[in-house]
Amino acid sequence: MDKNKYKEIVDKNTPKENYIKNAIISFVVGGALGAFSELLLRCYSLWFELPRKESGVLVVLTLILISSILTACGVFDTLVTKVKAALIIPITGFAHSMTSAALEYKNEGLVLGIGSNIFKLAGTVILYGVVSVYIFGILRLIVTGG
Amino acid sequence: MTTKYNNVYIDSTYTICGNYENDGPLSEYFDKKYEKDLYFGEKSWEKAEVHLLKEANSNLIKKAKLKEEDIDLLISGDLQNQIAASDYMAREFNIPFLGIFEACATIGEAILLGSTFIEGKFAKKVLVSTSSHNMAAEKQFRNPTEYGTPKPKTATFTVTGSASILLTNKKSKIRVESTTIGKVKDLGITDVNNMGAVMAPAAADVIYNHLKDTKREINYYDLVLTGDLGIYGKNILKDYMMSSYNIDLSKNYNDCGTMIYDLDNQPVLAGGSGPSCSALVTFGYIYKEMLKGTYKKVLIVPTGAIFSPTFTFQKESIPCMANAISLEVVV
Repeated sequence: MDKNKYKEIVDKNTPKENYIKNAIISFVVGGALGAFSELLLRCYSLWFELPRKESGVLVVLTLILISSILTACGVFDTLVTKVKAALIIPITGFAHSMTSAALEYKNEGLVLGIGSNIFKLAGTVILYGVVSVYIFGILRLIVTGG
Repeated sequence: MTTKYNNVYIDSTYTICGNYENDGPLSEYFDKKYEKDLYFGEKSWEKAEVHLLKEANSNLIKKAKLKEEDIDLLISGDLQNQIAASDYMAREFNIPFLGIFEACATIGEAILLGSTFIEGKFAKKVLVSTSSHNMAAEKQFRNPTEYGTPKPKTATFTVTGSASILLTNKKSKIRVESTTIGKVKDLGITDVNNMGAVMAPAAADVIYNHLKDTKREINYYDLVLTGDLGIYGKNILKDYMMSSYNIDLSKNYNDCGTMIYDLDNQPVLAGGSGPSCSALVTFGYIYKEMLKGTYKKVLIVPTGAIFSPTFTFQKESIPCMANAISLEVVV
């Protein structure tokens, strides 16, 4: 049987993923997380009398702390399966990717285990995050002059 | 290549499963069940798998009332890099050892090799075993286990467990009647989350060649059982067999991956996979049903995607492999 004919059989028997449903779930849950962060931001500003920018750093730290604890308790992966990309895309996903890798490689030791594997998933985000910051920074400089 | 055997029997089997398999419908057929976690008292997933394999083999030796010296050869394989679980298991046994790798089709190759040694009178008793561990496999092939990326419906769930089988030249109730060695097949599938589609062509080819070589019809067997194609792979195989060879699998065919779990209520997507999937179902459930007389002639076709993450990242498609083993109740 040739590859094209086989692909037809495979396509016929492969279930379609419900992208729309997944997108709606991610939008609602991700949005709720955004709203929660905003609430937290305003609370921090109010309670600690901080400017918005500094209070934002505290919000990020809080989210990292919560998601890392949830990962360590073995809850985060179950949540991710249910709410799809909603928790993976924000900073919570970044923290989760590092905590889960650290947990996974703790048996291989501090250096060769945790040290060399903690950025296994997050490394890509950091690398291309920095690269795109440069690209957009230069574009901004060219377009708006600074 | 099909080989017929006159003198190869299954003396006894021993199967161990983890908690997910224990919650599945075949739980009562396994000799030992771990219900709590997947560590089994060890410190890492990899060591936990060695633990399973060691336990299955030593308990089978005890069950058969033998000593290590009575066994001529130990053949074992698993999913870990360098088949580490089997190697570390084998260092605990004073038995000549052959380590093999054929991914999820390992048990087929192990039985095929063991049977050939016995039929050729090079060995009298051969112990064959295989194992897989859900977490060890996830860690090695995919993301960290706690990461939990959403997976498509076609993805399968690696079975945690191990099975050990004692092959002998002494007559017993079930014999290995014949085996067919399959060819490596690759029809261009690159999706690592659709292993059923990857493996179906190898299963189809070996079933067809087995029937052709032995001049049998598909109805000769009470049951034809593939390894771990899952719900969607199973339908792909049925369509493939019909359109390529005009062989109808609708009556006496099933897939171990769809039998080991309760697919509606367990989080296993398309079903079970891994070397111990076909091994547990065949040598836990089917073997015991054959002893009871439910099935008399069974063709097992463990399927394996010989999947290397490195090659997949280099944009290669995934080759696959399957062997066919015909088991018969001795009259």
